[in-house]
Amino acid sequence: MTTVHDTADAAGGPAPAFDPGAEAARATDAILRDTLHGGHRGVVVDSPPGAGKSTLVVRAALELAAAGRPLMVIAQTNAQVDDLVVRLAEKNPDAAVGRLHSNDADPYDKALDELPGVRKSAKAGDLAGMDIVLSTAAKWAHVKGVEPWRHAIVDEAYQMRSDALLAVAGLFERALFVGDPGQLDPFAIVGAEQWAGLSYDPSASAVSTLLAHNPELPQHRLPVSWRLPASAAPLVSEAFYPYTPFRSGTGPGDRRLAFGVPSDGSGPDAVIDEAAHAGWGLLELPARHTPRTDPEAVAALAKVVRRLLDREGASVSERAAQPVPLTADRIAVGTAHRDQAAAVRAALAELGVTDVTVDTANRLQGREFDVTVVLHPLSGRPDATAFHLETGRLCVLASRHRHACIVVSRAGVPDLLDAHPSTEPVQLGVTVKFPDGWDAMMTTWDHLAAHRVRDAR
Amino acid sequence: MSLMSTLARLEAVRSGRAQVVATVRHRHVSARPLVFVPLTTAGEAGAPLGALVGTERDAPRLLVVPQPRDRDLRFAFLTELADVVLPYIDSFAADVEPAERTETDPETGKRVKVEVELCADAPQLLVPSRAGIEFVRLLGRSMRFRRTAEQDPETPHPAPPHVPLLGRWLTHFGERARVPGSSLLQALTELLSRHWATGQSNLEDQHLGALLAWIDPPEGTRGAEEALRAELARGADGQLLHPPAGPATDPAFDNRLLAPAIERYDRARTRLAAAEDGLEADDRLGELTAAERDVRALVESRTRPTWDAVWHGLDLLRALPEGAHVADRWTRDRWSFTGHRDRVLAGEPPQPRLDDAVTAANKLATREREQARLDAQEALDDPLVMAGRRLAGEAFAGEVVEVVRAYSESRRPSPRPLVTVRTDDRPHLGERAKVYRSLGGRPQSAEFVEAVEENTGAAHENGADGEDVHGGTGAGAGLLVTVRVLDKMGRGREPEEGSVPEKGDRICFTLFEHEQRGGAKLPDPEDTPWTHGGPPGEAAATTAQRPDAVTEEDVL
Repeated sequence: MTTVHDTADAAGGPAPAFDPGAEAARATDAILRDTLHGGHRGVVVDSPPGAGKSTLVVRAALELAAAGRPLMVIAQTNAQVDDLVVRLAEKNPDAAVGRLHSNDADPYDKALDELPGVRKSAKAGDLAGMDIVLSTAAKWAHVKGVEPWRHAIVDEAYQMRSDALLAVAGLFERALFVGDPGQLDPFAIVGAEQWAGLSYDPSASAVSTLLAHNPELPQHRLPVSWRLPASAAPLVSEAFYPYTPFRSGTGPGDRRLAFGVPSDGSGPDAVIDEAAHAGWGLLELPARHTPRTDPEAVAALAKVVRRLLDREGASVSERAAQPVPLTADRIAVGTAHRDQAAAVRAALAELGVTDVTVDTANRLQGREFDVTVVLHPLSGRPDATAFHLETGRLCVLASRHRHACIVVSRAGVPDLLDAHPSTEPVQLGVTVKFPDGWDAMMTTWDHLAAHRVRDAR
Repeated sequence: MSLMSTLARLEAVRSGRAQVVATVRHRHVSARPLVFVPLTTAGEAGAPLGALVGTERDAPRLLVVPQPRDRDLRFAFLTELADVVLPYIDSFAADVEPAERTETDPETGKRVKVEVELCADAPQLLVPSRAGIEFVRLLGRSMRFRRTAEQDPETPHPAPPHVPLLGRWLTHFGERARVPGSSLLQALTELLSRHWATGQSNLEDQHLGALLAWIDPPEGTRGAEEALRAELARGADGQLLHPPAGPATDPAFDNRLLAPAIERYDRARTRLAAAEDGLEADDRLGELTAAERDVRALVESRTRPTWDAVWHGLDLLRALPEGAHVADRWTRDRWSFTGHRDRVLAGEPPQPRLDDAVTAANKLATREREQARLDAQEALDDPLVMAGRRLAGEAFAGEVVEVVRAYSESRRPSPRPLVTVRTDDRPHLGERAKVYRSLGGRPQSAEFVEAVEENTGAAHENGADGEDVHGGTGAGAGLLVTVRVLDKMGRGREPEEGSVPEKGDRICFTLFEHEQRGGAKLPDPEDTPWTHGGPPGEAAATTAQRPDAVTEEDVL
């Protein structure tokens, strides 16, 4: 297994004192150099969770605009576009920013109306001459008959499908592609095996098509996760990014979580203490095959969240000098399925908890919290399907937190994995993705098992 | 698998009979389908052993390749197949009706309506199982690049006339079968398992005999046992009582019956070739004919039960009333058929070996759209399917308990009535989620406002942070869902008669859209961008049309 030190060696000799700020700055400078002055039509940037991807996009956009090179920005969802617009306006209120939006009702976040430098329109023509024009890939696909932009930035490029890139690639001459290869792959709702192995498989990710046709493009990666604490980065790096390791921006002890109310000795309280101390906690329920919305697991999730709030938690981090109270908006619950999320919401409502984000992995992508409580995708299942084994799903769930992650699961996950080796058919010509979900599941489980608390009930 | 189909399967296990999972027929079944029951040779992909084919239930045509490795005999089989299939296809090609299609005018670039022909009906090819569809595809692939002596006098192994054309048609059928909801080429097992749930696995449902045993067991028997018998029971000679539906054959049949028969045929042929005079030749020709007759009898004995099973399955399907949107989807199949007819008539080359980037993306987009359309239409056509969607939180039905007049806040206010529905369903409604109901076959949209538990009065007001509504413990407690109706109420200040639900009406809103928007237009293949390798270019265009290179296996 590649270790973190290898990268330091590769970057130029042993580096006993890893300076995350300097490492990240060096990577960013190289990216901007290739983007602004490089001779290639594309630049690809891989970014692990919380490595400052949006910051990079904002900075690259502003520097390109400042160099007199107007550009288009392609993101995947309206929320992502709006978020980038707000960040751009914060960073440089004078930049001429255009928000291209759909014709639907409420096509963009109302917060954009407060920003004087931002012009909004449903027609690309109205936004001609703006420094930076942002929209979703779906909206850009409808833009026709305009002069191509010299530059584009494609955000979340690993979540974009190849056919979506095909629809918009005619709009720009060169582009910076930024994304996280470890998150959920794009999917198609119908079978696409017919095209598996083709370089332009329309159901593959935009980046895989791009690199298949343009293997000479420079590829960078951001080496530091600012979100993940020192307790989480090594595991997430090893389990989900085995060949492109990264480090946490903070060291052990830089982030702390403490509770004012002592433990009442129950399972939820014990696992909270374990997670506060170690960064990870596993609350294990007795093995059982259950329906997807396992009532006991759902109740346990809700109880953990309730106790997190009741015990007057406070977090210490590099962001503030004083401890910050752990409030509901800093906690999230993650599940694999929508009906599980709905069941957890209902259970939380019964315990009087509101304002805690409860969502599926797909919708939690790109978001950040202090503490996350996760229902293990394989909990209570009789089988391990490709959906539940998908590497990206577990990666998203295990990499949303700044302080601690608590996993709730039925016992028996390793047995289930042993009984269900990966049996996906091998497709000729398809690049094998590492690690496979089965392997990532095993690695994370081995680590979590060291932080196990058995729920007594 | 949805909760509803899991339940149906459990009930099937308990009752020993398949359970209905649809109240109407969701696929088109032609009045005159062409049934095709093929068999292949073990060990050689795509080598046909024989087939029963035809449109008449009582008079199938038996086609047999007595020595499947012999290319000449295989071509003879394919010629015979073309003689059955092509006239059947042609019988639909001539009967046309006028129709309109929007096309881009090459000169002005505007979208204009053009008068075109649309075939009044289309052929329908039925095979027993999913593997049969693959086989049709494989046959198409193996034939469409062949050249006849007429097309290319230099070609070393010319194909008989019509064979390449049959390949193009089978390729079209095979490709169309990948479009969700299409019916040009269908597998009986798929058709049946769409409408009935058995107590066995999906894989086992691929056995047509077992599937039919679950759905329609003989009087006085249990489906489960009959299915097991259909799958496994063997006679004293070690042969399956119900031969598999193919195209693969049972190894016991191959080893004990077929292989010796083919060997006898081979020997007879060799002896005939070695005959020294006419008299001897006559005798040996008789031996050869007898040997061929034996192989034919064997093939017929293994295809005829499947042939009868296919028609039995068709009877069951025809007994179901047709879903309301089935005709609409069949019209799309007719367009697809007419389009290919026109491409063949226009002398276009056969379908390329591989799709280019733009074609692949267009096909994927079409199929995703058709899948969404199919899912919506099946739910709208069939309350049992809708029940499954309601159970999954994707729709809700109930009685209208209140209608409040309200108007939009514009200079010219339009009606935006608030409708409250009492439902026992638990829809996953997000903040301001759009919902749709069918109003005279057209979707009327509304916007979710709030949901209140009937007993507790606990409100989920406009889901403060996009919260889904879910009533945890309140089993049986009603949920009062209020929505704001947004359209289809006419242009006036007051909504048109009948356009707004009234108190006491029973209505059903879905969270999914009823109609699918067309996607963005992709670039033309010659404008393929650099990210996707640029335009396919001349080289690709010519290799795509070149016939397959002759390999060693072709001239065994």
